[in-house]
Formats: sequence, C-alpha cells, structure tokens
Amino acid sequence: MSELIAIHGLTVAFDGATALRGVDLSVAPGEALGLVGESGCGKSVTWLAALGLLPGKARIGGSVTLHGEELLGASSARLDRVRGGRVAMIFQDPASSLNPVHRIGRQITEALALHRGIGGAAARAEARRLLDQVGIPDAARRLDAYPHELSGGQNQRVMIAMALAGQPELLVADEPTTALDVTIQAQILDLLGALRRETGMALVLITHDLGVVAETCERVAVMYAGRIVETAATARLFADPAHPYTQGLLGALPPFDGPRRPLAAIPGSVPEPAAMPPGCAFAPRCGLAQPACGLALPAAVPLGPGHSAACLRAARALVPA
Amino acid sequence: MLRFLGFRLLRAAVTIVMVVTFAFVVLRLSGDPAQIIMGADAPPEAVAAFRRAWGLEEPLWVQYLRYFGAILGGDLGRSMRDGREAIALVGERIPATLALTVPALLIKLGIGIPAGITAALHRNSLLDRAVMMLAVAGFTVPSFVLGLLLVLVFAVQLGWLPSGGQESWKHAILPIVTMGIGGAAVLARFTRSAMLEVLGQPYIRTASAKGVPWRAVIWGHALPNAAIPTVTIVGFMVGSLIAGAVVVESVFSWPGVGRLLVVAVANRDLAVVQCILLLVAATMVTANLAVDLLYGALDPRLRTQPRGA
Ligand SMILES: Nc1ncnc2c1ncn2[C@@H]1O[C@H](COP(=O)(O)OP(=O)(O)OP(=O)(O)O)[C@@H](O)[C@H]1O
Ligand SMILES: [Mg+2]
Repeated sequence: MSELIAIHGLTVAFDGATALRGVDLSVAPGEALGLVGESGCGKSVTWLAALGLLPGKARIGGSVTLHGEELLGASSARLDRVRGGRVAMIFQDPASSLNPVHRIGRQITEALALHRGIGGAAARAEARRLLDQVGIPDAARRLDAYPHELSGGQNQRVMIAMALAGQPELLVADEPTTALDVTIQAQILDLLGALRRETGMALVLITHDLGVVAETCERVAVMYAGRIVETAATARLFADPAHPYTQGLLGALPPFDGPRRPLAAIPGSVPEPAAMPPGCAFAPRCGLAQPACGLALPAAVPLGPGHSAACLRAARALVPA
Repeated sequence: MLRFLGFRLLRAAVTIVMVVTFAFVVLRLSGDPAQIIMGADAPPEAVAAFRRAWGLEEPLWVQYLRYFGAILGGDLGRSMRDGREAIALVGERIPATLALTVPALLIKLGIGIPAGITAALHRNSLLDRAVMMLAVAGFTVPSFVLGLLLVLVFAVQLGWLPSGGQESWKHAILPIVTMGIGGAAVLARFTRSAMLEVLGQPYIRTASAKGVPWRAVIWGHALPNAAIPTVTIVGFMVGSLIAGAVVVESVFSWPGVGRLLVVAVANRDLAVVQCILLLVAATMVTANLAVDLLYGALDPRLRTQPRGA
C-alpha cells in the first residue's frame, strides 16, 4: 500500500447517536484531497476520531492506519508523536484555537521542542522563520504577541506555522477559512497550496465550498450522513458526478465567476443520527429514489479509475441489461 | 495601566467611605448607646451626662463630621465601655482571629483547588460525583450547624477535642476545620466549573492536536486559563481573613475580632464596631485591588489594548 493514511469502516457514536457509519477514505502521500458535505455529516468527526481527539464518551470502531500502523487504540505516547509530528490539524476558528494566555512564539516553539527537539534560541529562530514562511509581516516582533493582538487571518497563519513546525506528512485543514473575510480566505487557501508544493506534504481540506475544492484539490470525497458517498478526481467529479447527492451539490454551485454561497439548494435536510433511515440515508431527499433504495445501505461501487459511488443506480448502470 | 490603578484606588476609597458612613448611620438609628450601656434602670441624669460626655446629644451630621475628621487624623475613637482606644482593643484580637483564618485558608486552597481539578478531569465519573456531593453538602450546611455537629462528634461523643475556648492549639482545630470545610467546598465547585469551561475550549484541542502530552496540556494550557476566574474567589477568601470568623468564633467562644464585633454591636459600643467595620472594609478592598492586579498578570488580554482596534 502506498497510502499515507487509510481509514476503513470508521464508526463513531456519541451517547448512542451514531455520527459515522463506516467511513472509508485514504490519502496518498503529497495529494490534496477535498472533503465536502453539508454541516453535521461527520467531516470533522472523521479526522478528530482518526487522531484520537474526540472526548472520551465517543465510541469509535474500525481502523485508521498511518503507513500501515494502526492508530485507533494506540498508546497516548504514540499518538502524541503522530499528532503534530506526522499529521497536523488546523481548525475553523483561529482566534479561539490559540491559547489566549501564551505568546504565539511560545506556542510554536512548544511544537518544535516536541517534534524536532529544538529549544532555546534555535527554536526561536526557527519559529521566526516559520512565521516568515506563512507570510506574517514583522515576524520577529510577532513572536512576542498574544493571539488577541492579531487579526483572525494572522491567527490562522500562526496556526499553520504551528502545524508546519512538526514537518508533518499530512495537514488536515478543517474549514480553515470559514471564520475569515472573503479576501483573507483566498489568501489562506493560496498559502496552503503554496506550502504543499514547497514541502510536499499531503493536504486534506474540509470545506462546504465546492468552488474552493475545485481550485485547491486534486481529488474529492463527498460525505453524507456519516459515510463517504462518492470519491473521484476533481475534474471527473465535476464533469461526471454519479451520486444524486453530488449532483445536487454541483447543481447548487453558483456559476464560477459569480459570488460564492453555501450549499443549500438540495430540498430537505440531513436525517438526525437518531432517525437514520434503514437504507440509503439520502433516499428520502433523492428525486431518483426507488423502493430498493430504502432497503439496504448501498455499497461503494467502482465506476472507473479512482471513482466510486455508493448508490444503487450507479451500480445498476454498470451491469449491462 | 496607571490610570487603571488610579481608578481602582479611587473606587477602593469610595467603598471604604460608604461602609463607614453606612455603619455610622445604622448604628445610631438602631438604638441608644447611652441607654444600653448605662442599663435600663439608670437614672435619667446619669444617662444624660453620658450622652453629653460622648457628644451623643448633638445632631447626627455634626457627630458624623466630627467622627470623620477624627478618622482622617488617625483617631478611631474609644470604647464607651472601658474608655480604651478602639484600635487597641481590636488590634489585640487580630492575632487570635488570624490563628484560625490563616490555617483555614490553607485548608480551603489545599483541598478545594485539587479536588475541583480532579473532579473536572474525571468528569461524570464516580470520583467526580463523590467530590461534588461532598462539596454540595459542605456548601449547603451553614457553618454554625457544621460547627455544632463537629462539637457533638469530636468533643461530646468522642471527647478527643475541646468544644470551645482558647487554651491550647487543640482548641483551634475544630473551628479551623469548620471554616476550612465550607470554604474548600465552595472552591472545589468553583474550580471544577472553571476547569470544565477551559477544557471545552478549542485551544485545548489544538494543544492535543499539536502532540502535547495530556499532563502538559493540563498544566501548561488548561490551568493557567482556569486560574483567571478562580483568582476572584480566592481573593474574596483572603479579603475575609478578618471578617470571616464571626460565626465560628461565636460557636467556639474564640476570643477573636468576630466575637468582639458581636459583643460590641450588642452593646452599641459605637467606636469599636466602626473600627472593626473599617478594618474589614479595608482588608476586603485591599484584597480586591490585589485581585485586579493579579488579573492583569494572568490574562494578557487585560494588559494590552488590541492593536488596530
Ligand atoms: N463532541 C460531540 N458530542 C456529541 N455529538 C457530536 C460531537 N461532535 C460531533 N457530534 C455530532 O456528530 C455529527 C457530525 O459532526 P461533525 O462536527 O463531524 O460535522 P461536520 O461535517 O464537521 O459539520 P460542520 O460542517 O458543521 O463542521 C453531528 O451530528 C454532531 O452533532
Ligand atoms: Mg466540522
């Protein structure tokens, strides 16, 4: 397996409510994968579970391997070496994701000490270089600033610098621009793309915005109600979406030169975890649903190189009548 | 920062003046000291003479101005009972009170804060529930009830400890424990909720996502943030080192400032009551000032104004 990280049959339940119902997803070294889906479908939970960052009450099943090594149930000492060192994660709200009582220099050098064993003046110099790299002006002085003294965009850059400190093989960016102004959003996305090219790390970009995915990612995974319903190379997914949910998302996408807006145009809403239909979770909202869709969970069917979809119709289309 | 400090000092001074004024008015409106001190059957001439001697026959505002002038000159008046300086009377009781309140404060901090942190870290576990049940009990039972309970068990039933008085260090144990338990309970609950609040913050998840080991997340990231709200209540406890022992001193007949206050109020010994209230207000206000400064030290958001705002 050449996969960097491979997730198989990942399930997560909170207090009996199922959030993930068997997620299969893999990331190859250096690739940029977009993970899209409506709010609450489990995008964040997938990666928090993979890195052991969910609260203790979460019941987790399945498998997550990093270069073939199982991460689920790994000792906390091992997870601490993986987190920030091999897989880094940044979050939606940069202002509250940084510790308000510590200077940002200290928050970066902490990661340097943990994963690269550098301390003192060397760590400070490296932290300064990282701030330069993520495009923070006057980096030397900013090391001594507190998060509340920086703007949201600058704080997200600090988060990215902190993530880069451990020289990870994969950066998971969970809606890194949702909380930011539109102009800043584009800058941060450009920065992530540039850093990926410079460092060769893989990128998982979690987002609501298919437009962002089209510009930044090589491959897309579409998630719905705790499962991956379709994956494909970006160009193929946009040209030839197989799952009605993906088609709905693309139909809801504004024209490329128009203003961006959130995905909302599919009628109905995501089923509650407690009231999940027995078959395909999208069937109640699907214009193409047939009686069979309500009977059993559709399996993911390969439709071409790197393209698969979990839909009965897609499966049937393959079988010559 | 200097303006901030100046403002706080001004506010502190205003608070003290208000306490002093309030005490002055209430004490004089709520009973005639001359009648109470001389006794109900004292001859009217004697009572009148007493009034004249202490300036009590003058209008209230004249008395107030004279009293205030005296305070500013450092004169806190004399006891109407034995004519001694109020400040001396109060001063000689302070060590006895501190002998109770300082060890009690150490118990509150030493038990309350670790218990609260432990409960928060093991949220909803059996341990958490046990700690919180004890805390609610310790917090709900009034200190005089708790004091009497402890006396019943350890003095009356078991006979291990004396029930009151000040003859030896053993006499101090029950009053200290009584105060310590109640305060520890309050602090445990407060620390727990402060800690839970912080543990739910995104920056804690960031620290874990960065690979910081859990212990270091607690010590390096959670506690410095949880300390900020906790400082308020600890400051309040420090501020009540003098005033906080009134009930317990009465229950255990401990001759501290608190009992002096109770006796002086009953006697309408104006100067003594006012002197104690002034002292209490001054300690409270000083502790508050210290809390404000400590806030600035703990929370950088209060130290600097956001740039570009
Ligand atoms: N700590 C938690 N406790 C209980 N339920 C949770 C918790 N975290 C997530 N969930 C539930 O799990 C489901 C998936 O949540 P998740 O945060 O992964 O969604 P998402 O796809 O990231 O959505 P968004 O786009 O809004 O971030 C939701 O139903 C959510 O309510
Ligand atoms: Mg999310």
